Amino acid sequence: MTAEMVPTGALGGLSPGLILIIGALAVPFLKEQARGPYLLLLPVLAFFQLMSLDHGLMGVVSVFDIELVTLRVDRLSFIFGTIFLIATLLSMIYQYHVKGWMEHTAGMIYAGSAVGAVFSGDLVSLFLFWEGTAIASVFLIWATRTPEAMAAGQRYLIVQVGSGVLLLAGTMVHYGQTGSLAFDSFDVETTAGLLIFLSFGIKCAFPLMHNWLQDAYPQATVTGTVMLSAFTTKLAVYALARGFAGTEILVPIGAVMTAFPIFYAVIENDLRRVLAYSLNNQLGFMVVGIGIGTELAVSGAAAHAFCHILYKALLFMSMGAVLLRTGTVKGSELGGLYRTMPWTATFCAIGAASISAFPLFSGFVSKSLIISAAMKEGYFVTWLVLLFASAGVFHHSGIKIPFFAFFAHDSGMRPKEAPTNMLIAMAIAATLCIGIGVFPGPLYAILPYDVSYHAYSLEHVITQLQLLIFSALAFTVLMRTGLYPPELRSTNLDSDWIWRKGGGWVLGRLEAAWRGASAALQQGAIRGVQRFVANLYKAHGPESALARTRPSGYMALWMTLLLGVFMLFAFI
Amino acid sequence: MTDRTPEPAEIPRKAPDERPTWIDDRKNVDRICYALYAVSAALLLVDPLIHKHGPFAIEHWWGFYGIYGFVGCVFLVLAAKELRKLVMRSEDYYDR
Repeated sequence: MTAEMVPTGALGGLSPGLILIIGALAVPFLKEQARGPYLLLLPVLAFFQLMSLDHGLMGVVSVFDIELVTLRVDRLSFIFGTIFLIATLLSMIYQYHVKGWMEHTAGMIYAGSAVGAVFSGDLVSLFLFWEGTAIASVFLIWATRTPEAMAAGQRYLIVQVGSGVLLLAGTMVHYGQTGSLAFDSFDVETTAGLLIFLSFGIKCAFPLMHNWLQDAYPQATVTGTVMLSAFTTKLAVYALARGFAGTEILVPIGAVMTAFPIFYAVIENDLRRVLAYSLNNQLGFMVVGIGIGTELAVSGAAAHAFCHILYKALLFMSMGAVLLRTGTVKGSELGGLYRTMPWTATFCAIGAASISAFPLFSGFVSKSLIISAAMKEGYFVTWLVLLFASAGVFHHSGIKIPFFAFFAHDSGMRPKEAPTNMLIAMAIAATLCIGIGVFPGPLYAILPYDVSYHAYSLEHVITQLQLLIFSALAFTVLMRTGLYPPELRSTNLDSDWIWRKGGGWVLGRLEAAWRGASAALQQGAIRGVQRFVANLYKAHGPESALARTRPSGYMALWMTLLLGVFMLFAFI
Repeated sequence: MTDRTPEPAEIPRKAPDERPTWIDDRKNVDRICYALYAVSAALLLVDPLIHKHGPFAIEHWWGFYGIYGFVGCVFLVLAAKELRKLVMRSEDYYDR
C-alpha cells in the first residue's frame, strides 16, 4: 500500500474516531457538572477535525513491516463519518441527564470505534475498531443490570466478537495470498473474501444471523438503545459498500431482509423490539442497493443509511422516553399517552412518517434512490419485494408504534412529558428528518457519487402516496373489522431459539453422552493403569528379569561387540 | 447511575374529572376514517392522469400501487396472525 501524504487537518492526521476514544478516557475523572458539556464538546471537536481534513490517506503508522492507515478520507467514508458524529452528538444530548461515568464512557468509546472503523484504510485498523465497537457497546446493555440484560449482553458479545474473529481470519488469509492489507473491494468467491463477507454479514444482521439484534437491543438502557441503533449495523453497511459493492448475492439477501422481519414486527408486543425488527428491514434496503452496485444504487444505500440513523434514533428516543416515564414499552400495557406526552408523540409521529418514506420526510428522498436503481437495472422480483416491504414498514412502524403507544385504548396512565434534554435531542432529530425531506440537495451533494436525481416528480409523489395511503386503509379496515391481531404479552420464537433452547438441548445431550463416555474412559483408564503397574512389577519386581544380577564380564563383552559394530560402520 | 424506570404504582393515573379530548369522541374517529376513504378514492381516480416511466408493465395497470399496497398489507397481517400459531410462546418462555 502506498500512502499518499496530503496536507492534514486542524489536529494533524488524527482520526476523528480517536478524538472521541481518547477523549472518553478522561470522562471518569471529571466532576459531575463538567461531564455533560465535555461530552457534547467531543463530537463537535471531532466534527471540526473531519471538516478540516482533505481527502486522501493519512495517519500512517508503521508496526513492524506493516503500514497501517488509520485515516482514509474519501466520499464514502466522509458521509458515514459525518452522520456517525451527528448521531454521537444527538445521543449525548439525549443521555445528558444520566448520572455517573460508566455509560457515557462506554458510549463514547463505542461511537469513537465506529467512526475510527469508517476511516480505517487497512484491515488491521478496521479489525481493532471493529472489536472496539463490540466490547464498548455491550456495557450499554449490561448497564440495565437485570438478569435478562446480563444474559442478552453475553449472547450479544459472543456474536459480535465472533464477527471480529472471522474478520481477523479473513484478513490473515487475504494477507497471505495477496500480501496486501488494504481495505478495498474483495471477491466473495475467494476464501478470504468469504470470511470477511460473513464477518460483515453477521454485523449487518443478514437473515439467520440477525437475531442478536432483536435479542439485545430491547434489553439495553433507555439511552443505550439509541446509540446501539445508530452505529453497529450501519458500520457493517459501510463495510459492505466498501468491500462488496456490486456483489450479486447481496440483492436476494437484502430483499429477504426487507420482507421477513416485518411479519415478526406485526405480532411483537415489545415496541422497542418492533423497532429492532424494522431496523433489520431498513438494512435490507441498503444491502439491496449495495448488491445492485451502480453509482445510483450505492449512493442510495449511503443516503438511506444517513436518513435511517436519524429517524431510527428518533423513534428509539421516543420509545425510550415512554419507557423512562411508564416503566414499560409493551403495546399491551400502553395507550392514550398523547394527553400528557404530546411532544414525544409528535416527534414519534415525525420519525414514523420518515421511516415510512412519506413525501417531505427524509426516508422518501433516500429510499426512492434504491427503488429507482432496482427498476432501472430490471430487478422485477426485487422491486416487488421492496414495494411490499415499503408498504409493510408503514404498517408496523409508521402506524403501529405511535398508535399503540400514544393512542389506541386508554391505559389510564398520565405520565410526565419527557425530560427537557430528551425533548431537545428529539426536536433536533425531527428537524433534520423534515429538513432533509424538504431540501434533499445538501444530502445529495455529499453522496459517494454524483447523482442527478429528482425525488419530487409528480409520478414519484403520487405513486408513493397511493402505496402508503392504501396501507393505512388496510390498517383501518383490519382494525375496524376486528381482524387485526391484538397486542399480546408473549415471546415469539426466532432464530435465537437455536442457541437459547436448541443449543441447551444439544448441550444437555452432549453432557449426558460425555458423562457416559467419561465413566467408561475412567474405568478403562484405571484398568490400563492397573495393567501397566502389573507389567512394571513383572519387569522390575524382585523376581523379574531386570532384577537379576549378572557378572561384569558380560558388560565388557557387549561393549566390545558394540564398539566393533561402530568401527565397522565408520570404515564403510 | 443508569435511568430508573418507575413502578406501576408511581405513575400518575387518570383523574376522575378529566375532560374528554377531541379524539375521544367516536364520531371524530369516524370522521378521520371517512377522510382517509375519500383520499384513497381520490388517489385512485387521479391515477390515469399520471404518466409512469417505469420499465415494468404491471406498474402501468390502473391503480397498481394502491391495490398492491392494500393487498400486501392485508396479506402481511393475516400471515403474521398465522405465524403466531407457530412461534408464539408465553412471556417467560426463556426463563423457565
